[in-house]
Amino acid sequence: MNMAVMNKTAQSPLDLRPGDGSTAKPMVEFQQVSKRFGAGSSGAEVVALDDVDLIVPRGSVTGIIGRSGAGKSTLIRLVNGLEKPTSGHVLVDGTDVAGLDEKNLRSVRRSIGMIFQHFNLLSSRTAFDNIALPLEIAGIDKQTIEKRVTPLLDLVGLSDKRNRYPSELSGGQKQRIGIARALATEPKLLLSDEATSALDPETTRSILALLTKINRDLGLTVLLITHEMEVIKTIAAHVAVIDGGRIVEQGATFDVFTGHKHETTRALLGGLAGMHLPEFLTSRMTNVATPGSHTILRVIFKGENATEPMLARLGSDLGIEVNIMAGAVDEIAGRPFGMLVVSLLADLEKIDLARNFLADHGLSSEVLGYVR
Amino acid sequence: MSADILALLFKATGQTLYMVAVAGLIGSLFGIPLGVFLATSGRGELFPAPSINKALGLVVNATRSTPFIILVVAIIPFTRAIAGTSIGTTAAIVPLTIATIPFIARLVETAIREVDPGLTEAARAMGASPMQIVFKVLLAEARPGIASALTLTIVSLIGYAAMVGAIGGGGLGDLGIRYGYQRFMPDVMAIVVVVLIVLVQLVQSAGDRLARQFDKRNRPK
Ligand SMILES: Nc1ncnc2c1ncn2[C@@H]1O[C@H](COP(=O)(O)OP(=O)(O)OP(=O)(O)O)[C@@H](O)[C@H]1O
Ligand SMILES: [Mg+2]
Repeated sequence: MNMAVMNKTAQSPLDLRPGDGSTAKPMVEFQQVSKRFGAGSSGAEVVALDDVDLIVPRGSVTGIIGRSGAGKSTLIRLVNGLEKPTSGHVLVDGTDVAGLDEKNLRSVRRSIGMIFQHFNLLSSRTAFDNIALPLEIAGIDKQTIEKRVTPLLDLVGLSDKRNRYPSELSGGQKQRIGIARALATEPKLLLSDEATSALDPETTRSILALLTKINRDLGLTVLLITHEMEVIKTIAAHVAVIDGGRIVEQGATFDVFTGHKHETTRALLGGLAGMHLPEFLTSRMTNVATPGSHTILRVIFKGENATEPMLARLGSDLGIEVNIMAGAVDEIAGRPFGMLVVSLLADLEKIDLARNFLADHGLSSEVLGYVR
Repeated sequence: MSADILALLFKATGQTLYMVAVAGLIGSLFGIPLGVFLATSGRGELFPAPSINKALGLVVNATRSTPFIILVVAIIPFTRAIAGTSIGTTAAIVPLTIATIPFIARLVETAIREVDPGLTEAARAMGASPMQIVFKVLLAEARPGIASALTLTIVSLIGYAAMVGAIGGGGLGDLGIRYGYQRFMPDVMAIVVVVLIVLVQLVQSAGDRLARQFDKRNRPK
C-alpha cells in the first residue's frame, strides 16, 4: 500500500526535480522489514523495526525523521547490510542485500557511501589519506587514488587542508572530508546517519547545501536520517516519519508536512512556524462554543495561494469580524507554506460558511478552540 | 674502580640488553597478534570466537598473576627443552619471553579496544574485510597506544632481566648481587643501579617520543 502511495507522489507535479526517473525501479526498497534485537538468551527483546515498507526513489533526497530510539539508525544500517533484518527484504538497486553473504555484501557496500554524526575519520590519517581509505580498501592503485582524491578535495572545498589531520579541522570541515570519503568509490547511493547533528546551524546549512549539490550534480540518491525537522525541510523532497519502529507516514515532504498529519509528525513539526500557539490564547481556550465566543481557527496556505484578500472577504462578503492572532510563513522543500491563527466572531453556522468559503479557495482550516 | 670491574659491567650490560632485546622481540611477535585477537574475538566482534577468547584470556591471566620468579622455576623443563639448558643468559630468555607475551597481549588489547568503534563501523561500511580493518584501522589507530605498551614492556623486561640474574642468567642483576652484595662492593652495586636507571630512562623517553609522533589526535595548531 505504501509503495503505491510513494510511486504516485514520485510522479506528482510536487516533485520539483527534473528527470527524477520515477518510473525506474527505486534505489532502495524495504519490503515488510522487521528487525528484533536480543531475541536470544539475554531476555527482553526489542522490536527496532516493525513491518516497514519504504521506497527511496532513484535520484531523490529522501529523509527519515523520528525521535530518538525510533529505529532510524537500524533502518539505515540495513541498507548497507551492517545489520540483517529479522524478516523481510531490503532491495538496493534491485539486489536483496538481506540475502547476501559477507563477501558479496562487501562489494555492494563499495557502491554505497555513508557519512556519520561523529564523522568517524581516522585520526592517524591526513584529510587526503582519509578520503583515500575506501579506495585502498578496494585495492585501487596509488596513481588512480591520487587522481580521484584531488578533485574530491576540490568538490568539498578543502584542497588547502589536504595534508591536515582531523584534529586540525573544524567539525564542518571534518564532515566535508567524510562526504568526500563517502564519494570516493563513486557510489550510487549516499547514506547519512545524523550527519549534521553535531554541527551548529550555520555549518549544518552549508553541509546540507553540499549534499544538495552532490545530489543535483552527480545524480546521487541520498538517504538521510535525522531528528531535525529543519534538515528535512531544507533538502528532502521525500520524507518518511518513523515512530516506534513503524513508518507512520511517507510521501512528498510538502504533502506530508502540510497535509493531514499523524500525531508523531505533528509533534516533530512543533518547531515549524505557526505550530506553537501563543500562551495568551492557549490559557483561555476551551473546547466548547458558548454564545458570543470567538472561534479560533488555523488557516493553512500552501504554495502560492494568497490569504489576506480571502480573509478580508470574510469580513466584506460574510460580515464576520476577523482578527489575526499569530502567523508565520515557512519554506518546505522549496515551496512556501504558512499558517495564520485567526479569531472569528460569528455564530457556528457562519463559521461553517467561512470555512467552506476558504476551502473553495484552496485554503484548509482547522478549528482549534473557542475563546470568550 | 678497576678495569676488571668495568669490563664486567660492560659484559653484564650487554647480556641484559641481549635478553631484553630477544625476549622483547619474540614476545612482541606473539604478544601483539594475541592482543589483537583478544580485542577482536568477542561475541559479535570481527573474528567472533567467544570460547577461544575466554580460554586464552584465562591463560593470559594465569601467566600474569604468577610471580615471575615462580614462573621461572615452574617452566624449567620447558626451558631446558627449548634452550638445551636451564641456566645461563640464553636459557633466561625463555621465561622472560613467556612472561612478556601475555603482558604485551593485554596492553595491546587495551590499546585496540580504545579505538573508536565508529571507525570500525565506517570501514565496514566501505566494504573492508576484517583483516583490512585490523591493519588499516585498528593497528594504525592504536599505534600510539601500542608504542606506549612496548615501552612499558621493555622497561619491565629490564627489571625482570635483572631478576633472572639471581638464578644464573647473567646480566646486570647478576653483577649487582654477586659483587655488590655478596662481595660487599657497594660502589659496584651503585653503578649497576645507575646503569639500570639510565637504561630505563633512555627507553622511556625514546618510547614517549615515538608515541607522541604517532599520536595525531591532539596536535598543536
Ligand atoms: N545492537 C542492538 N542491540 C539491542 N538493541 C538495539 C541495538 N541497536 C538498536 N537497538 C534498539 O533498537 C531501537 C532503535 O534503535 P536505533 O539506534 O535504530 O534508534 P535511532 O532512531 O537511531 O535513535 P537515535 O536518534 O537516538 O540515534 C532502540 O530501542 C535501541 O535500543
Ligand atoms: Mg541513531
